[in-house]
Amino acid sequence: MKPFALFAVLSLVLAGAFFSCGGGSKYVTVGAVGPVTGPAATFGISTKNGDTLAVDEWNANGGVLGKQIKMVFADDKGDPAEGATVYTKLIQQNKVCAIVGTVMSNVSLAGAPICQAAKIPMVATASTNPKVTEVGDYIFRACFIDPFQGTVGADFAYNNLKARRAACIYDLGNDYTKGLAEFFKAQFTKLGGKIVADEGHDHGVTDFKAQLTRIVQAKPDIIYNPDYYNDVALIAKQARELGFKGPLMGGDGWDSPDLVKIGGSAVEGCYFTNHYSKDDTRPVVQDFIKKYQAKFNEVPDALAVLAYDAMNLTLNAIKTAGSTKGPAIRDALAASDFQAVTGEIKFDANRNPIKSAVIIEIKNGQQQFVTTIAPTP
Amino acid sequence: MGSIFNTQQVINGLQLGSIYALIALGYTMVYGIVRLINFAHGDFFMVGAYASYGAFYIFNSFLGKGTPLAIVVLIFAMVAGGAIATLANQLAYKPLRYKPKLSSLVTALGVSMFLEYFFSAFPLIGASPLGFPEIIHRATFKIGSAMIDNYVIIDIVVAAILMVGLTLLVQRSSIGRAMRAVSQDKDASKLMGINVENIITWTFLIGGAFAGAAGLLSGMTYPRIDPYMGILPGLKAFIAAVLGGIGNIPGAMLGAYIMGLAETFANAWNSLLGAGIAFIILIIVLLVRPTAILGEKTADKI
Repeated sequence: MKPFALFAVLSLVLAGAFFSCGGGSKYVTVGAVGPVTGPAATFGISTKNGDTLAVDEWNANGGVLGKQIKMVFADDKGDPAEGATVYTKLIQQNKVCAIVGTVMSNVSLAGAPICQAAKIPMVATASTNPKVTEVGDYIFRACFIDPFQGTVGADFAYNNLKARRAACIYDLGNDYTKGLAEFFKAQFTKLGGKIVADEGHDHGVTDFKAQLTRIVQAKPDIIYNPDYYNDVALIAKQARELGFKGPLMGGDGWDSPDLVKIGGSAVEGCYFTNHYSKDDTRPVVQDFIKKYQAKFNEVPDALAVLAYDAMNLTLNAIKTAGSTKGPAIRDALAASDFQAVTGEIKFDANRNPIKSAVIIEIKNGQQQFVTTIAPTP
Repeated sequence: MGSIFNTQQVINGLQLGSIYALIALGYTMVYGIVRLINFAHGDFFMVGAYASYGAFYIFNSFLGKGTPLAIVVLIFAMVAGGAIATLANQLAYKPLRYKPKLSSLVTALGVSMFLEYFFSAFPLIGASPLGFPEIIHRATFKIGSAMIDNYVIIDIVVAAILMVGLTLLVQRSSIGRAMRAVSQDKDASKLMGINVENIITWTFLIGGAFAGAAGLLSGMTYPRIDPYMGILPGLKAFIAAVLGGIGNIPGAMLGAYIMGLAETFANAWNSLLGAGIAFIILIIVLLVRPTAILGEKTADKI
């Protein structure tokens, strides 16, 4: 045991010397996490791009606290177990002073307790489940939360689409999809609408016909399906095969070019709530899109914007704190009043930003901006 | 709230069962001959799906979409499934043939994980899901209150043709006779002059080809493929094979259709409890009839 213990201590000391975030090191080391492979791969790639763009801009302007920023990016593969591993690794091995990420709520929920225990501030990019920041006072996020997205979805379905009968189908193995559906159902019923079918599906299956048959037989005006794009594409196709003609609606998990690639004409005329739209005319949005396109040669999706915002927010907090110590960064984050691309970010008591959502329609295989819906106070 | 037992749900269940049946056959044939639970079998299904994806892009420009292309792609999927199964047998299972059963079982798990990780690391494939092309134009029509599309018919008919073919092969051909002999007694078969290794190779080849065909059907029906797509259907098909009596070919077919229908009805009855209900059926069947529906009494342990 003894030689091993000595070796372990030595390697920790060495690792500390090389990667230390604080004084003495040449760099300020920041961690970033995203699912660049696995079922939500396009989310991860956009996230990484957004993170990279923000860090490069800061470094071009002289870094932070007089040092260059070093970003260590880790792939969580969209898997909570893998997520727990990479968060631990970033904190213990890479000695990061803050972590930006990750995307999926269930993975963020695996990483958050690790950050909280180590007193390393974490800013989730697109994890919209309320439970994420409830883990502790070191956990923040750059996006709005499920209640808001589900509620806005129901408002839009009832008021704008005039839907009165809604059906839900969602992944039972995922807190995000369950959360959205829950708040959609509550608001839709409150407005006076009727939930005519409430169906779940197991994680990872490809056949949804049994549930969709039930849904189609209940004759809904709209199907609320807050799954991720991969499942949405299959569900939309199978719903059309079973004769459903109305729109499907969902949340920001739809925001991927693969939605149309796999779903094709089945997702035409469907709507989802999102964090931003490329058609938003505000200069800060258009300016960001220009910079992103110049670097990555594609139009940024919401995941890229949120990562960019979350990274900027974090680096700004490090600058305001004047320190790379966890508690100082945490306090600076909590007091943020930051002008981000997705809108002004101020945190409420649960470290959730108060900001607005946009509604997007799939039209001719393209995402089209419909309207912006502000948070109800 | 219509009844859950309506025509549409029966069709949904039969379609799902057809795909399970093609996978379950490979499980049961391999078990029947070499007493190995080949856990990599679900991944042969995945290889079949990727092979059809590749074949589509190679032949689409010559043939155009439609039935001839679908047949060429089907042949490719079956060849790929058969080839990978044969390869796995030659490289991984054959050297362990007369070693303890547990070694082969663990090797099967290893082959399974190797295929999954190899495919996700392979640059042209990658871990992200790919959209499967529409090889045959999709057409939907209405029969009574049920909506049917041509893919339902393709799935059910292709599975039926392959299963009839397999039954004829096993019952009428000399290879089939040898297969049945080997499944009963390997040593006696050897003494009768049957080349046992040869028969085992044939078994893997046919089982793999069926899994490959299922991969194509699944890719066409549920147009999303990824390197891990074989795990869940593989597991369910394995359960179907056990349900029907593992080692028994008609049993695997029956078990697969029961599984497909049970899963569909379970989801139709209460999807919030999930398809878990389907597995309760399995437990009940095995409690009432430990040798499963069509199984025979054997002293073998897995």
